Amino acid sequence: MKPLRRLSLVWSIVPVALFLLFWEIIARCCVDTRSLLPPFSTVILEFRDLMADGTLLHHFTKSLGRVLTGFATGSLAGILTGVILGWRQTVNRAFHPIISLLLPIPALGWLPIFMLWFGIGELLPIAIIFVCSFFPVLYNTITGIRSVDRDFINVAKTLGASESTILLSVLLPLALPNIFTGLRLESGMAWRVIIAAEMVAIPTGIGALMMKAESLIRVDIVIVCLMVLSIMCFCFERFFIYLEQKMTGRWF
Amino acid sequence: MPSVQLQSVSNFILKNVDLTIHDGEFLVVLGPNGSGKSTLLNTISGLIPYHGAVSFDGVRVDELPANERKVGYLFQHLALFPHLTVKDNIAYAMKIRKKYSRDHITTKTRHYLHTLNIEGLAHRYPRQLSGGEKQRVALARALSSDPEILLLDEPMSSLDLRTAKYLRLEFRSLQQRLGTTTVFVTHNLSEAVEIADRIAIFVDGELLQAGTADEVLFHPADERILSFIGKPNILDCDSFRIIENGLAMVTCGGLSVIVPHEGKPVKKIAIAPEHIHLSSTEPVGPSVNRFTGEVLGIHRSGSLTRTTIQVGDNQIVSEMPATLFDLMDLKKGSPVYAIFKLRWIRVLNGE
Repeated sequence: MKPLRRLSLVWSIVPVALFLLFWEIIARCCVDTRSLLPPFSTVILEFRDLMADGTLLHHFTKSLGRVLTGFATGSLAGILTGVILGWRQTVNRAFHPIISLLLPIPALGWLPIFMLWFGIGELLPIAIIFVCSFFPVLYNTITGIRSVDRDFINVAKTLGASESTILLSVLLPLALPNIFTGLRLESGMAWRVIIAAEMVAIPTGIGALMMKAESLIRVDIVIVCLMVLSIMCFCFERFFIYLEQKMTGRWF
Repeated sequence: MPSVQLQSVSNFILKNVDLTIHDGEFLVVLGPNGSGKSTLLNTISGLIPYHGAVSFDGVRVDELPANERKVGYLFQHLALFPHLTVKDNIAYAMKIRKKYSRDHITTKTRHYLHTLNIEGLAHRYPRQLSGGEKQRVALARALSSDPEILLLDEPMSSLDLRTAKYLRLEFRSLQQRLGTTTVFVTHNLSEAVEIADRIAIFVDGELLQAGTADEVLFHPADERILSFIGKPNILDCDSFRIIENGLAMVTCGGLSVIVPHEGKPVKKIAIAPEHIHLSSTEPVGPSVNRFTGEVLGIHRSGSLTRTTIQVGDNQIVSEMPATLFDLMDLKKGSPVYAIFKLRWIRVLNGE
């Protein structure tokens, strides 16, 4: 490892280690009610126990399944609709007012309506994640397609490209950085939204586990759940950064 | 290669343009910014709507979309596809047609890489190229679609003078080799004079004149042409003697001037004010086309200084940057050396 990289790694690890140490000391020495702020070591032990009895894995896989299904379908629908709206000005003009009205509504704002439409079941959190992913990815895809320099389209035309060839060989590749920005941001958002939805309306998943832990005043379990949430947001965002780098890094 | 005819072509900029570009001709379109030069190219290529008729070899192409006109277009900002390597940019036109085999595409791509001398850049992305390299790649890509007409929109505008000159001459020699009918847009008169078969001058969307460089310089058809290209110094010549190496000595109003010679007697010569260099002290080097004169008047215009001088029997105008002029401390009545730059002297031949 190069010295500069090693130094940079040390610089990113040291503050985290200091924070955990500080947390451990404060929780052990200065807080009267340890159950409200358990030491880091207690949280780790609780994580081990929850993993060992399968509770955490059960709730985690439930949340993961919902996020993956909702995010994949929502993003795909957002990209496809965004491509059509970005490509065809007339379609965009027709749908722009509706999108502009629906886009600002927070995903959790749909929860009461979806509870009535879909009931309390698996479809509810998936629908929430679908909406959470669909509109931002749609918006980014439209922006990506429409911000492609007109000269690229004209060049492709003079080189003999048809409309559909221009879409596939010029517009879509050049819109990728924008599309990836949407995917990256919304992949983290999907986790935040699913936790909130599970806390409010669904009996299983990481969010539901957190609510149960809260009612039992088990802050250690709540912190374990928050750590899982944080790690999943981070992993999803890193995955899309990696994918973006792989697909556009050489030229963008 | 086809000829191109425009008949009464009008749109949001062009005004009733009638123009014929001959088969294999290198036509330079010259004009100030906003004069309709690029619009003319977009019209020929079918990228923008227009009224009137555009024909290739007498066949109207008004109904043909841009992707069916067989036109190679080199845009001012080049627009190399950033997500494709150099070789993929060049192969783009062949790949999308889906009628060529992979071997054919590879062979032809190699051919264009070789022709434009960019073989070493094949696997690079546009962002890894210099300005000159991008120009070559863009030209190779424009040629790769086997265009019958080549349109070049100020392709040298972003290059340094030296690279631009080198590439300009290379473009010209490549065009002569391929015989492709070419329209080259520029706002630089020197560039136009250097490479054009004919020059078409546009001002405010109107075609003012289309003719050879000599016709435009010696017989401008409109006052607006003079205000754009600047009025050249035109000297009447009364004697003529061939010296050597394509040069002749002419006598114009008492001055013996060495000029480029194409085998015909010289009637007049023209030289633009910016190509007459002044010096208050005797310049070093050979005294070719160096004359002594007297300053008659000095006129400042922005960052430029126009100086009228009496040389022999001629009153000529020189134009140079004010900062350079100020270094010489010239005043009305001062003696001055005037140097006519040989390569910028245009000759009007007579029989």
